Amino acid sequence: MTGGSVDPAPLRADLVIEYPFTRTTGPVVGAFMTGLRDGRIVGSRRADGRVFVPPAEVDPETGDAITDIVEVASTGVVETWTWVDPPRPGSPWAQPHGLALIRLDGADTPMLHGVLVDSAADMATGLRVEAVWRDERVGHITDLVGFAPETADGAAGEAAAAEEPVSGEPVRSIRTPIRLEYDFIPSAAAQEYLHAYAEKRILGNRSPIDGAVFVPPRGVDPRHGVEATEMVDLAHTGHVGNFCVTHLPIPGRSDLPTPYVSAWIHLDGADIGFLGLVSGCDLDEVRIGMRVRAVWKPDDELGATAENVRYWEPTGEPDVPVDRAGNRAWQGEDGDHA
Amino acid sequence: MREVAIVSSAIHQVEALTFTTDVQLMVPLINEARDAVGLTQADIGFTCSGSSDFLAGQGFSFVQTLDAVGAFPPIAESHVEMDGAFALYEAWVKLQIGEIDTALVYSYGKSSPGSRRDVLAVQLDPYALAPLWPDAHAVAALQARLLLESGAVTAEDLAAIAVRSQRNAVGNPNALRVSADVTVDDVLAGGVVADPLRAADLAAEADGGCAVVLAAGDRARELCERPAWIRGIDHRIDAHGLGVRDLTRAPSAALAAGKAAERAGFAANDVDVAELHAASTAQAHVLATEMGLGGTGGSVRIDPSGGSLAADTLMAAGLVRIAEAARRVSGGEAHRALAHASSGPCLQQNLVCLLEGE
Repeated sequence: MTGGSVDPAPLRADLVIEYPFTRTTGPVVGAFMTGLRDGRIVGSRRADGRVFVPPAEVDPETGDAITDIVEVASTGVVETWTWVDPPRPGSPWAQPHGLALIRLDGADTPMLHGVLVDSAADMATGLRVEAVWRDERVGHITDLVGFAPETADGAAGEAAAAEEPVSGEPVRSIRTPIRLEYDFIPSAAAQEYLHAYAEKRILGNRSPIDGAVFVPPRGVDPRHGVEATEMVDLAHTGHVGNFCVTHLPIPGRSDLPTPYVSAWIHLDGADIGFLGLVSGCDLDEVRIGMRVRAVWKPDDELGATAENVRYWEPTGEPDVPVDRAGNRAWQGEDGDHA
Repeated sequence: MREVAIVSSAIHQVEALTFTTDVQLMVPLINEARDAVGLTQADIGFTCSGSSDFLAGQGFSFVQTLDAVGAFPPIAESHVEMDGAFALYEAWVKLQIGEIDTALVYSYGKSSPGSRRDVLAVQLDPYALAPLWPDAHAVAALQARLLLESGAVTAEDLAAIAVRSQRNAVGNPNALRVSADVTVDDVLAGGVVADPLRAADLAAEADGGCAVVLAAGDRARELCERPAWIRGIDHRIDAHGLGVRDLTRAPSAALAAGKAAERAGFAANDVDVAELHAASTAQAHVLATEMGLGGTGGSVRIDPSGGSLAADTLMAAGLVRIAEAARRVSGGEAHRALAHASSGPCLQQNLVCLLEGE
């Protein structure tokens, strides 16, 4: 499609998404987590005696609530398995390991967990296993280090068995942080846009439909859903289309003392605005229609980044009238762009 | 039921769309699907899309992708965080209401910037499963072993499904894993990547997208010489937990097929071709069994495009199945076709769409 090759070394960045979730457990999942903390595994039993482990809050067949909590053994049998090598990022295991659905003695459904053996050759359906507990337990599925082949006496071995149950408040919430990593590579249009900043140039895309100019260039005219490949150099002057004064600091941005002004900057020759900081005047002076120009970093600090423009400062020219300030691409001003 | 048909489609799948945004991917596809029937966005009554923010790594990423549609002046649209096949279902329901005659459906997935098999772990139960990060290959392997050890299939049977996919994919420009002469022995000689599954047993991960235009009644006949009529469409879901259901079965696939067949007036296996959305050869076997399609020697030609095994674009593979099946009906190659889409781990949710020519 659009794009093709980009020369020589494409810009790329690690994009990391983290969700620091704290989840409420409710009474049924909470009983499971409380049990884990105390070195016991519990399930939920429905009316016909079938025991779900981990406990089901509702019957998957009828939708009825299940509230009867029962303890099951911490030994069981592997029903199906695979071998995970290398271990997955974020998983509790640093070594290759088995992963299995394990039906614990006293349970009617299997639970998923790791199997701690040296190689896939040590795995088998039907393998008897027993829980291996962490010493420090908090009420989380990883309180179980995993399951190991059952020791010769058929009962939980001394080393693996949990210590005396801990008593305390029931577990009501758990932390389940999620972290996902992406190798973000900007589109060809964005690569060109960012590289141009290193030469103190600001690029836009011109619409093939009506000539409207979009900045940053995204390779399309979003109003018509068509490709826009023509790049144009834009002026380094424009006006404030809208702005906001922020008094709260952004975590991790100590370079941005409060209060600061973020604004939609409408470059001369562009039909939409883009975000920038306004500085070089009193806060009270910032207004819609105010003419501004780019203040660039020193030449020896320029890189392929929009951060090359440190901020936008007033030019002192007469304002753009408020009713003519802002986006033109969607306004149909002069009957051209709608 | 109001008659609704697929009148055009566009598909693009490749290994990685490195320098292409979702918007740039979809602009030519959406235009291709609309242009094929001479429609502009102004002629489209309703637009519905499917995608996942977890692939884009960006919240509400689908809003940006509307740039590809040309959503100005404002359009009537909706989005599902599901495969585009389910977006098509929503559009079909909207067409049933009778206030519109045309709809545009599209979906896309660019999973290459992240580790797709790990991203998929976060769809699992967040209390007892997701913190263990069981990746998608491992979960598929757990299911496949159950199937193999139940005696329902052999490793050779699964390899034969992989061979069927790769051979059928010959000539499909949107397929990634293609071979005219691969054999069962070749597949079995491949290394195990997620015991017991080999690389050829797992669907080939693709980046890509698909756009489809739907039209109702005579409008469809005006737009297309041979519309692919949706005679029946239904989707059903099983329990989420991996431990609470029999992973060698997919009751929701059987139920969806039965319900779609009731509406269509012909059986789900009374079709010439079937396109299946499976993450593994084992899942393809389960689906064929549940829907009565027979095995590799049956009368229904399964996965004539190679199916999702040959190229699996997350969030679009199901819609691609519908588009591929519709093309065979519109092209006259098939009178009737079945298209299947799934969602969730281990075939938890299944959609069946039965198509017929006139």
